Amino acid sequence: MSREVAIIGVGYSGFRALTPDVSYKELMYEAAVKAYDDAGVDPRRDIESFVTVAEDFTEGTSIFDEYVPDQLGAALKPVHTISGEGLHGFIAAYLQILTGAMDIVAVEGHSKASNILTPNDILAYAMDPIYNRPLRANPYFIAGLEMNRYLCETGTTREQCALVVAKNKHNALYNPTAAYGANIGVEDVLQSEMVSYPLSRMDMSLHADGAIVMVLASRERAEELSDSPIWITGVGWCNDSFSLETRDWSGAIYAAKAGEMAYRMAGIRSPWQELDLAEIDDTFSYKELQHMEALRLCRPGEAGPLTEDGATELGGELPVNPSGGSLGVGHLLDASGLARLLEVVLQLRGEAGQRQLPDVETGLAFGWRGLPTTSGAAVILNN
Amino acid sequence: MSLRKVAVVGAGMTKFVRRAQETGKELAYEAAKMALDSCELKLDDVDGVALGTAPDAFDGVHMKGEYLSDGAGAWRKPFMRSYVGGGTGVFTPIQGWYHVASGLFDVCLVVCEEKMSSCQPHPQGAFLTIFDHTTERPLGPNLLWIFALEMNRYMHMHGLQKKDIALVSVKNKRNAADHPCALLGDPNITVEDVLNSEVLAWPVQRLDVSPVTDGAVALVLAAENVAKRITDKPVWIKGVGWALDTAYWTNRDLYYPKYVEYAARMAYEMAGIREPRKEIHIVEPYDPFDYKELHHLEGLLLADKGEAPRLTAEGVTARTGDMPVCPSGGLLGVGNPIAAAGLMKVAEIFWQLRGEAGKRQVPGKPVTGLAQAWGDLMQVGTVIILGIGG
Repeated sequence: MSREVAIIGVGYSGFRALTPDVSYKELMYEAAVKAYDDAGVDPRRDIESFVTVAEDFTEGTSIFDEYVPDQLGAALKPVHTISGEGLHGFIAAYLQILTGAMDIVAVEGHSKASNILTPNDILAYAMDPIYNRPLRANPYFIAGLEMNRYLCETGTTREQCALVVAKNKHNALYNPTAAYGANIGVEDVLQSEMVSYPLSRMDMSLHADGAIVMVLASRERAEELSDSPIWITGVGWCNDSFSLETRDWSGAIYAAKAGEMAYRMAGIRSPWQELDLAEIDDTFSYKELQHMEALRLCRPGEAGPLTEDGATELGGELPVNPSGGSLGVGHLLDASGLARLLEVVLQLRGEAGQRQLPDVETGLAFGWRGLPTTSGAAVILNN
Repeated sequence: MSLRKVAVVGAGMTKFVRRAQETGKELAYEAAKMALDSCELKLDDVDGVALGTAPDAFDGVHMKGEYLSDGAGAWRKPFMRSYVGGGTGVFTPIQGWYHVASGLFDVCLVVCEEKMSSCQPHPQGAFLTIFDHTTERPLGPNLLWIFALEMNRYMHMHGLQKKDIALVSVKNKRNAADHPCALLGDPNITVEDVLNSEVLAWPVQRLDVSPVTDGAVALVLAAENVAKRITDKPVWIKGVGWALDTAYWTNRDLYYPKYVEYAARMAYEMAGIREPRKEIHIVEPYDPFDYKELHHLEGLLLADKGEAPRLTAEGVTARTGDMPVCPSGGLLGVGNPIAAAGLMKVAEIFWQLRGEAGKRQVPGKPVTGLAQAWGDLMQVGTVIILGIGG
């Protein structure tokens, strides 16, 4: 395996809590046009394959991939959907270029979460239909159970989790695309309504609408087309057990194994020293800390104290979620991982505006598919 | 640049049945286990899993791929589910191909599962939600109606009669009588039976259509160096292609599947095939309806437009003909558990090229075969070409 692949274009539209003025097709179109313009490519002429990510139930349409080609300029071209996290789709596009059969591939992910009237009921349909669904429990109980287990095993506190919320929402104030930036304190999170102990309402990210498109190219084409290609140096993805009864409840094994695969590929031995920023899933406050530990940014139990020390803030030793993460930007359903990756690209290009970090060369993005899954993907980029 | 060679080294398949007692997860497990056993590998030898399964609405399970993942062997492994509607069954091995051809994996397990029977009262209900929510769904269209439109258009353009097309159903259901996993094999069926069956939406009649089915199929893919250690008879993936046409199907002329032609051309080019009619020895085109086999043979450039019915009538596409088509029995005979049905076609080519197809074995030692699937709103073509030697 010797081919090198870079991101040569990114485009996005949103991210907003509500988008009554545009359809999902218009969101996708805007993101696609921006990405193609950024990359300097014509989708009809230059792009050889397209990957999209979507799930039927959140779209309200069966076989949703029917509705993706037109607004991407992809009709009568190779197009397929990965029903996975945005980063799974990204990796699928990357692999197609690695084969040598393709040189330029685009990936798309979007969220029109505001169209979903009953998101918790949809989520309940993701539970095992034989063993778990008959219990008729709100799926968020899984996050409560897992958070409790994580806090108990690592000695992490609810206050430390609340600090993650405060940090990410604060970072989001510097991100013009973020929907949920705010100046809040630990007390605000601790005092918010309890959803499933110890998970409170403000420990959870809120959904936002938006779309993200990225264009990937082989080294040859990337150097021809782009002045600032961002190189993909490692990818990894993994599932743990889907069954609630047999999964590991504390360690986020999927993140550990996805990270291990990506680090091995990128030749990274000490992530904390070698990474300059990390954008990792924070669907729930504790998930940022749990994922930091699983991804070996620190040892188990250290993520909370590091957050207290400010090590993961914008000016800290290893900024985590400088974009504001899902807690600050808004959770974009399966496009969330692409939003994490988008921030890494912007930071490595030096285009992150007010929140730009100095001297960044290597960044990690990690996405998790959310409840009730144990599915995650990691991507490492270098400029 | 030359591509990393990828081989199919093992295959497994559950029985195709109308209503399986097993859960979808169990079906996926059974097929995956059989495929691994067939090439004497263990789950530990597998680097990652590619899964295919069609609409979540069949099972009523959101994120169905995640639900099936551990059953399909993806516990603590890289796992992705690809999805192109009815084209999924032939796309998933393409996904497996790029996993291995990328150099990241040496061994990839490809699993396709479908359990349609959970959908009550009839799985056709799941298809009511595939239409555009603004422009089409208010009209209450159903899948059989739009395929009736397409069949009508195809017949009209080429001046065909129902009896020309019914021959396909008869051939495939008779072929399926020799398939141990088949749901609707019938050695005695006649054209009259098809023509006299209940009309569903003219010109589509009951026996023009494949049945609702539960089942799963799995393949094991391996990179060249590993494949040669696993088996003496690797079957190489010579070419892959896929294409998705516009969602606005009402703006297209339905008599010819241009997207299938685009997918086929991509696969032929990768396989270095210039004269497909001479170089492809057996074909498994997607046949959820009898006219679709004909439609697809033309899209695959294996017959001139409107000529596929003549090839069928002349016996060219019979199991003992010059170009056997659907020697497995196809979806019309073996059954149509959507994603699993597509992968069944790829498995059939694998078994035929290895000379392991038992009573279904075509004569003449075929060297190259093609499997194709189709789906979405008469919109997507997926093509894979397998070959031995070279």
